[in-house]
This record gives sequence, structure tokens and C-alpha cells, in this order.
Amino acid sequence: MRTFPMAMAVLLAATVSACVTINIYFPAAAAEKAADKIIDEVWQLKKQGDAPAPAKPDEQK
Amino acid sequence: MHSQILRLWMVVALLWMPLLAFAAADLEINTPAISSLKDTMQGRHGQLAAFYASGAVGLTRDGLVAVRDASLVPLAQRQAVNSLVAAENQDRLALYREIARANGHPEWEEEVRGTFSQRWVQKAAPGWWYQNHSGSWVRK
Repeated sequence: MRTFPMAMAVLLAATVSACVTINIYFPAAAAEKAADKIIDEVWQLKKQGDAPAPAKPDEQK
Repeated sequence: MHSQILRLWMVVALLWMPLLAFAAADLEINTPAISSLKDTMQGRHGQLAAFYASGAVGLTRDGLVAVRDASLVPLAQRQAVNSLVAAENQDRLALYREIARANGHPEWEEEVRGTFSQRWVQKAAPGWWYQNHSGSWVRK
């Protein structure tokens, strides 16, 4: 009768460790997205729908 | 007893859900340190852009910038370019470090840097110079 709580505990441990494992890997897609966002701001490459930067349009190519 | 444990387990599982979603979503880039680095780099870009365009300064394969051909810069400006490049590289390294740290993984710094090195080149304007994988300069 004690196996059920045990099973639950093991399952819980597995879930928690899975969460930790997920976060160990470098999130390449998210990093790319973050990089694009930062580069757009630093280089002032405007996309429509972006937050308005306090930039003058004289930098545009 | 069983239903209590089951309930507890479900509560714990539910509590993890937002964390999972968070891990799968965006990287944190809205910290004061990152914002201030972005601002300084944006300001500096106004001065650097002309040197990218002339080919005097290029994008390196390791996510930084370098003086590629100093002879394209008037003698009087060469020291200024060197300072700009040094300051830019300092900020870029700090940016990569801060992004990794803001997301709780300082060890991601090199991977962040690698990602950026590709994205800088991808977003560079035509005519700008960058280093390819073998380190030679290529005009975009």
C-alpha cells in the first residue's frame, strides 16, 4: 500500500529533474530572437510594429 | 491519503508549468544593465556606421569589430577609430555576459556571443565587411 506514494515521489522527482534539464540546454532560437531584437535597436533597423526608438531617420540606408 | 498526495502532486506540477513556459519562451533582455549597454552602443553606432560602410572597420567572426584597413581612415581620425572599436568591443563582451547572466546561465556567454556573431553579419548592410568562418574578410 506504500508503493503509490513512492511512485508519486519518483514521478515528482522525474518531473522536477526534467524541468532542470530543459533549462541546461542553450535556447538557440530564443537567443537568435533576442540578438535580432537588440541588433535592430543598436543599429536602428526599423521594423514596423517595433517600439518607437528615440531615433532620427538619418541613419537609415 | 492517496488523494491527498495526488492533489499535492498536481499542485506542484501546476506550479512548474509557468516555469516551463518561461524556459521555452524568450530570453530575458530587459535588465537595466542590458538596456544601458544598448543605449551606449546605439549612440556609438552613429560614429561607427561610416567606418563599416567604408570598409575601415569590419565585423569579426567572434562577435566583435576590428579595424580592417586603417589606410581607409584619414590619419587624423585613426586614433579615434581605434578608441571606438575598443569601446565597442568592451560593450559587446559586456552585453554577451549580461545576457547570459540575466538568464541565470553565465556559462551561456560564449554561445550568446556565437549567436550574435552570426546575427550581426546577417543584419549588416550591403558593402560592409565581415570575417567568414576561416577568418578572411568578405564584403557583403
